[in-house]
Amino acid sequence: MATFDRIKAIIVDQLGVDEADVTMDASFVDDLGADSLDIVELVMALEEEFGLEIPDEEAEKIRTVGDAVNFIQDRL
Amino acid sequence: MSKRVVITGMGVISPVGTGLDNFWNALTAGVSGIARITRFDPSEYSTQIAGEVKDFDYSKYIDKKEGRRMDKFSQYAVVAAAMAIEDAGMDLQSLDKDRTGVIVGSGIGGMETFEEQCRVLVNRGPSRISPFLIPMMIANMAAGQIAIKFGLRGPNITAITACASSGNAIGDAFKLIQRGGAEVVITGGTEAPITPLSVAGFCAMKAMSTRNEEPVRASRPFDADRDGFVMGEGAAMMVLETLEHAQKRGANIYAEIVGYGSSCDAYHITAPDPEGSGAAAAMKMALADGDLKPEDVQYINAHGTSTPVGDVAEVVAIKKVFGDHAYKLTVSSTKSMTGHMLGAAGAVEGIATVLAIRDDLVPPTINLENPDPACDLDFVPNQARKMTVHVALSNSFGFGGHNVTLAFKKFRP
Repeated sequence: MATFDRIKAIIVDQLGVDEADVTMDASFVDDLGADSLDIVELVMALEEEFGLEIPDEEAEKIRTVGDAVNFIQDRL
Repeated sequence: MSKRVVITGMGVISPVGTGLDNFWNALTAGVSGIARITRFDPSEYSTQIAGEVKDFDYSKYIDKKEGRRMDKFSQYAVVAAAMAIEDAGMDLQSLDKDRTGVIVGSGIGGMETFEEQCRVLVNRGPSRISPFLIPMMIANMAAGQIAIKFGLRGPNITAITACASSGNAIGDAFKLIQRGGAEVVITGGTEAPITPLSVAGFCAMKAMSTRNEEPVRASRPFDADRDGFVMGEGAAMMVLETLEHAQKRGANIYAEIVGYGSSCDAYHITAPDPEGSGAAAAMKMALADGDLKPEDVQYINAHGTSTPVGDVAEVVAIKKVFGDHAYKLTVSSTKSMTGHMLGAAGAVEGIATVLAIRDDLVPPTINLENPDPACDLDFVPNQARKMTVHVALSNSFGFGGHNVTLAFKKFRP
């Protein structure tokens, strides 16, 4: 599965949003209704899915789905 | 001038059924909700039976994302509150939400979440702990979630007095409204304790029945062969409001709540005072608060957990308060059917008591085949009884020595 699809599946599951709303430029907070706790949980789920660590200072820069996809693709 | 307080809505999720009608039909038919535990494999446990909620589906009231952020005890609470608000015919648009509070009891809180995250800590370390551990686990979150769900901004409180929790919650809600601190309060209790750790904890205390081969016969309050309580789970919520508020909106009134007694044995962490002094004090206080004489009471919904010591202590207390009248009134323990719903027990039994008043029908104590000679009152054995019920009490006692009595009365304008 492409990186984007794997990330999308996690977002749909954790945030309870429609697949169609999970686009590259969707903002986690403004478009997908995530709060600060959701983002912590999401980052943990991404770390597990991709077997990597996302430091807090990097996690803070992830605002959109595209930010997450790019961050992870750069490190795979 | 203190306000009169009435009950206008009720919602139940219990081992004998979900929804007021299913619940009451089962209780008055003498149906047990106890069976072998399915939530986890109980083979290694001395007690392998419980009253599990079987038909719970929160999707009508809670969306998937909200549901994932709630421990089961909060899910039960929110759904029971939604059912009670619906039953009350409450129009949420016109409700003054600043004058509407929530007071909920829970003995333990989010046990399932707590255990799951303990396993994560041990197996995978602290960095894998969910950010939702704390907000899902803390016992006050059921009240918080109900307020968030319906936008209720009035006083929001949680009573934690073990198995008396929801008795205290309802009593405190009654007093809050009576003194003008709120117009409407959603109140009751919730518990979801059927988890590997908490069942093991109660097993270790030897507090529970080990009649594993006969689950429906295991909870047998006041019977000579009783051997401990059977754990139950679920939630029960009531809508309490001032009489004026209920009348103004043309609400159906189930009954009036008129008395609240609350005391402590100050005796032992888990054992009741065998003299029943604290329990008797709570009953006396509820009668005095409701301006009632002992002879006014027709029915007591007992705490009656089916433990050897507890049932006798309650009988002693009832005799202390009621004298000769103790032999004229009826006493039953609906825990014989629901099991012991711990922090939700006071509320689910409060609802059974209110329905007994509504229908002039007292639910039975099932499995009462061979009464303990020390328990010699009329426990309405095995068959519901049609009889006039004007005034009824509901008792709830908890570890720590907490005692609560609520007094309900048929509504007369």
